[in-house]
Amino acid sequence: MIKDNKNKNKDHKSIIQEHITKNAPKRKAFNNFMTVLLFVFVIIAIIPLCSILIEVFKNGVGALSFDFLFKPPGSLGSGDGGIGPAIQGTLLVVGFATLIGAPVGVLAGVFLSEYSSSSRLFAYFLRLFNDVLTGIPSIVIGIAGYITIVLTLGSFSILAGAFVLSIIMIPIIARVSEETLKLVPNTLREAAYGLGLPKWKVVWHIVIMGSKSGITTGIVLAISRIAGETAPLIMTILGTSLFFSAFNSPVDALPLRIWRLASQPYPAAHEQGWGAALLLILLVLSLSIALRMFAQKRSITFKSVT
Amino acid sequence: MPLKDSKNTHAELVQKLALQSRKSIFGDNFFKALVIGASLYTLLMVALVFFALAEGSIPIFLKEGINFVIGTDWNAVEGRESFGALPYIIGTLVSSAIAMAIAVPISVGIAIFITEMIPKKLGTVLSFIVELLAAVPSIIYGLWALFVFRFWIRDYIEDPLHNTLGDFSLFARAPFGLDVFTAGIVLAIMIIPIISAVSREVIKAIPHSQKEAAYALGATRWEMVRTAILPSAKTGLMGASFLGLGRAIGETMLVTLIIGNAIGLAAIPTSLFSQSQTLSSIIANEFNEASNDLHLSALIGLGLVLFVITIFINVVAIYIISKVSKSYSNLRE
Repeated sequence: MIKDNKNKNKDHKSIIQEHITKNAPKRKAFNNFMTVLLFVFVIIAIIPLCSILIEVFKNGVGALSFDFLFKPPGSLGSGDGGIGPAIQGTLLVVGFATLIGAPVGVLAGVFLSEYSSSSRLFAYFLRLFNDVLTGIPSIVIGIAGYITIVLTLGSFSILAGAFVLSIIMIPIIARVSEETLKLVPNTLREAAYGLGLPKWKVVWHIVIMGSKSGITTGIVLAISRIAGETAPLIMTILGTSLFFSAFNSPVDALPLRIWRLASQPYPAAHEQGWGAALLLILLVLSLSIALRMFAQKRSITFKSVT
Repeated sequence: MPLKDSKNTHAELVQKLALQSRKSIFGDNFFKALVIGASLYTLLMVALVFFALAEGSIPIFLKEGINFVIGTDWNAVEGRESFGALPYIIGTLVSSAIAMAIAVPISVGIAIFITEMIPKKLGTVLSFIVELLAAVPSIIYGLWALFVFRFWIRDYIEDPLHNTLGDFSLFARAPFGLDVFTAGIVLAIMIIPIISAVSREVIKAIPHSQKEAAYALGATRWEMVRTAILPSAKTGLMGASFLGLGRAIGETMLVTLIIGNAIGLAAIPTSLFSQSQTLSSIIANEFNEASNDLHLSALIGLGLVLFVITIFINVVAIYIISKVSKSYSNLRE
């Protein structure tokens, strides 16, 4: 602009003004274009979600029946029977995994939030290893479970499955617990110390009990993650068409059953697969929607405390 | 002390108190031991995973040596065993690269749109919907991709590409719907919520003064994003992308169902529409059918390779993100 000879006699201000007014429509148009483009990106991300929900409901709802929910699978490809053992297996494996994973995860979170000031280095490594553990692919953890538990006990078992899933839970629960425990205002801790409570009572009665809802959120979040895990279960619980009978025999699980059904060449099996997927997605999505509402409420109450 | 103790002498009272405090010291130590024990258990799990894999893959590394990582042959037949992981490493990298090429721009775009372009309340709702995608189990993505999405891809994207650009080797193979291209796209859908969630945090952390400065200079909203947000968020966005990459590389079930499960040399993709195989998918496919100990050890070895790759990527991601959050807190101070 300034190089332009015609502009020589004009003053600086008007040159800038001209520049702005001349380019304004172009810049505005580009701004609008980018806004629309980014909006399209959001739509692109939402379409698969809608399609998955629609297809799972459309194809899965026909499979649901009493037999489907409570009976063991019938003969291959017949479409008879149901996924009773898979539902039972998922509940059992996830339940046992939570029994191991929840206390360990919460206590690790307590360490990071309440005890880490005396051993910074250890806390640093714990956080790092937690993050690393979150990033390890679940199938790799499954292999480790196969080597340590299945090979030692000599059989596929619910214990191996629960152990592997608990490893996946721990870092999630520890992270959320740490975050929520840190939200407890320090004045509450000081007041408790002022009344002469020993540290462990302060931590237990004031800090942990005071953030029960936050800790629950972490545990439920972890449960919703592991309920859909398939890969690590292949090498730990194997899958079966029988109901749970003993701690040293294979069990079934919903995601594993979906995989087996989808891999069969029979349309009847595919329909059952969709039915099982419908149950699984209902379980997982209701957990995460409940979580979200819970979490929103919680952040408000904490804000009013501090 | 309760009233009924008033009969006791002072000394007894003090003794009682001392006893109680000793009890609470015991309680303190016990609780601390519990908490530290849980922390050690967590550390132990990482070590356990590593050593279990390392120990399990000793036989295959003894037999194949470096060939296990650079070999292309995969044969589990008794007497003619030969195990090379290279095709699966390439398959993993190619499918993840396709996923990243699609997911990164879209996720960053979504993050910008949600944090900067729309009212906060609407943003919360939208981000909730996008994050629901992350809650869907990967086996269900696999089911949907196998029975629904692959036909969309084949009919509306792959066939037209093949018919018009089939002379290029990139699009040379007759599309089938079950190939490295479809796997890459579905992986992208899976990691979009992860990358966009972290990106949103990164963008939110940028000091308001920077944005306001850009607006004060007369920037449009997009110009503000380009000049004030993207340059300072660059590193953080890279960290977010690495996190997504780690997820894509380790993803198993969905890939197993839709990548076509080629074996050995055939698993090296020659075009976008080739069948392929990833490290995780071949483990899932063959683990329960492993014919002998060497085959099993080879699969465990693949797990070790996968472990090393993902640890590397995740540590890079963690490093980048921690550095970024530090520099932001410096800026604020």
